[in-house]
Amino acid sequence: MHPRSTRHLTFMAGLAITALLLATAALSALWTPADPLAMSIGARLQSPTPAHPFGTDQYGRDILSRVMVGAVSSIAVGVIAVGIGASLGVLIGTVSGWIGGWPDEGFMRLVDAVQGFPAILSALMFAAIFAPGLGISMVAIGIAFVPAFARLTRGSFLTLREREFVVAARALGAGELRLIGRHILPNTLAPVVVQATTSFPVAVLAEAALAYLGLGTQPPHPSWGLMLKEAQNFLSLSPTFAVFPGAAIALTVLGLNLLGDGLRDLLDPRTA
Amino acid sequence: MRRHLLRRGAAFVATLFFVSVLVFIVIRVLPGDPAQLIMGTEGSPEAVARLRDALGLNRPLGVQYLDWLGRALRGDLGVSIQYDVPVGRLIVSRLPVTLPLTAMAAAFMIVAAIPFGLYAAARHRRAGDYLTMVLSQIGIAVPAFWSGLLLILLFSVHLGWLRSGGFDGWGQGVWAGLRSLLLPAVALGLFQAAVLIRATRSAVLDVLREEYVRTARAKGVAEVSVIGKHALRNALIPVVTVAGIQLGHLLAGSIVLESVFALPGLGRLALGAIAARDLPLVQGVTLFVASIIVLLNFLVDLAYVALDPRIRHE
Repeated sequence: MHPRSTRHLTFMAGLAITALLLATAALSALWTPADPLAMSIGARLQSPTPAHPFGTDQYGRDILSRVMVGAVSSIAVGVIAVGIGASLGVLIGTVSGWIGGWPDEGFMRLVDAVQGFPAILSALMFAAIFAPGLGISMVAIGIAFVPAFARLTRGSFLTLREREFVVAARALGAGELRLIGRHILPNTLAPVVVQATTSFPVAVLAEAALAYLGLGTQPPHPSWGLMLKEAQNFLSLSPTFAVFPGAAIALTVLGLNLLGDGLRDLLDPRTA
Repeated sequence: MRRHLLRRGAAFVATLFFVSVLVFIVIRVLPGDPAQLIMGTEGSPEAVARLRDALGLNRPLGVQYLDWLGRALRGDLGVSIQYDVPVGRLIVSRLPVTLPLTAMAAAFMIVAAIPFGLYAAARHRRAGDYLTMVLSQIGIAVPAFWSGLLLILLFSVHLGWLRSGGFDGWGQGVWAGLRSLLLPAVALGLFQAAVLIRATRSAVLDVLREEYVRTARAKGVAEVSVIGKHALRNALIPVVTVAGIQLGHLLAGSIVLESVFALPGLGRLALGAIAARDLPLVQGVTLFVASIIVLLNFLVDLAYVALDPRIRHE
């Protein structure tokens, strides 16, 4: 690894927490302390014990195992939602920034309109038509990311297409597609990567909120947001039930935010 | 200046047009046959056909859209299937919960964020700055609905100071109403405050590097006045941009917090409509909320003109 990045405290802390998250998700596919779906009526709503370090839920299921498995859906939603937002956004931004004129104006108004639909609002609409589920939350969160990526890419195109190296390539006879693919898009990559990294924790938060509302992951599959919804009914009986899934969300988001902040510092040519 | 305003106004109208098209496409076009969707497997073919006729679904899509848009512009958003009451009236009846909740959260966000952001900038690279940044980093990581649960756990389950949810309306007096909305507003505002602290800090830091700040310091202006007057005023434009965008997030976030605290607002209206497959109601609420968010973004644009004389004299 580059020595400058290993000295960057924020980046390294974020990297460590993110590595822990990925390791937990990978481990949960192979092994969990208990079956995350196995109910045990005798062991309902237990406080943490050596057998159940995070306690048990209202059906006596092991919360630690469920939190571990929940990491998988958080990562999956993050990756797919950011993928949808980045690919659609970069596409719109590219077309808009390259063509310019009234199509550009039209695309930007469309992007403004999409900004009126935060993930929760799109998820509400989709859930009214299709059955609520993980797929809907991925698409809804992904759509909410489109405006940021589109504006970013368009902005880069507008500055880059006037730059000397692009003008020179054009003068040498490079075609439009070659100009875009070889000369402009690679130069928009760094900000897009930073945007993707900073969007990831937002996706994790949004997935948790949608699952909490019943618009995302459906029971009995474990999801952190869904577990908090269930925990709310037993707040006075078993306060620890509401602590661990929430702490898992917060730690994950903290790690991803630190990673994104660090990456932005490291990729910013002004601080290099 | 006038040209700038006209351009922004036209862009605003165009954006609202796209909002209406998006809502129409998702609710009317994507499902294929909304009548079948509303009836589910229960409806006989004749009943579905009658509903299709009643909803005007046999006409060309363009005609349906223009008809729907024309009615919506006159405030007619259709009739809720679940309640058999005009959608517009249902939305208005839920605003006394959602709007005060959003406003209280926004007030909390601004009151908490601006002083902390200024403080962190004034203490740049010293202990106070680092502490504020660590706290805001934690604040950004905690989902609003979880902090809501933790606040219920502390103030309602353990201390018994405030109730864990529900809202009796404003008929019991302003104080009782505010008390019911206090915890959800704090939970909602906390997350956005953490975001705004960072935005305020970096905006003020940017301004503090300017020549005129050095001049002010050189001529002996007190540091409080340098930061409060010279730096804050010029840092306001990026801060207002972020805060304006956050108002939209607060409105959307209130949907979640209404669920946590069992408040009868717009969010719970929409969630109930999904369970009942009440498409006109879902359509009305999403169109309303999305339009408000677009309106807020437009107002932020206008606020630039008021705040920045450079744009005014363009």
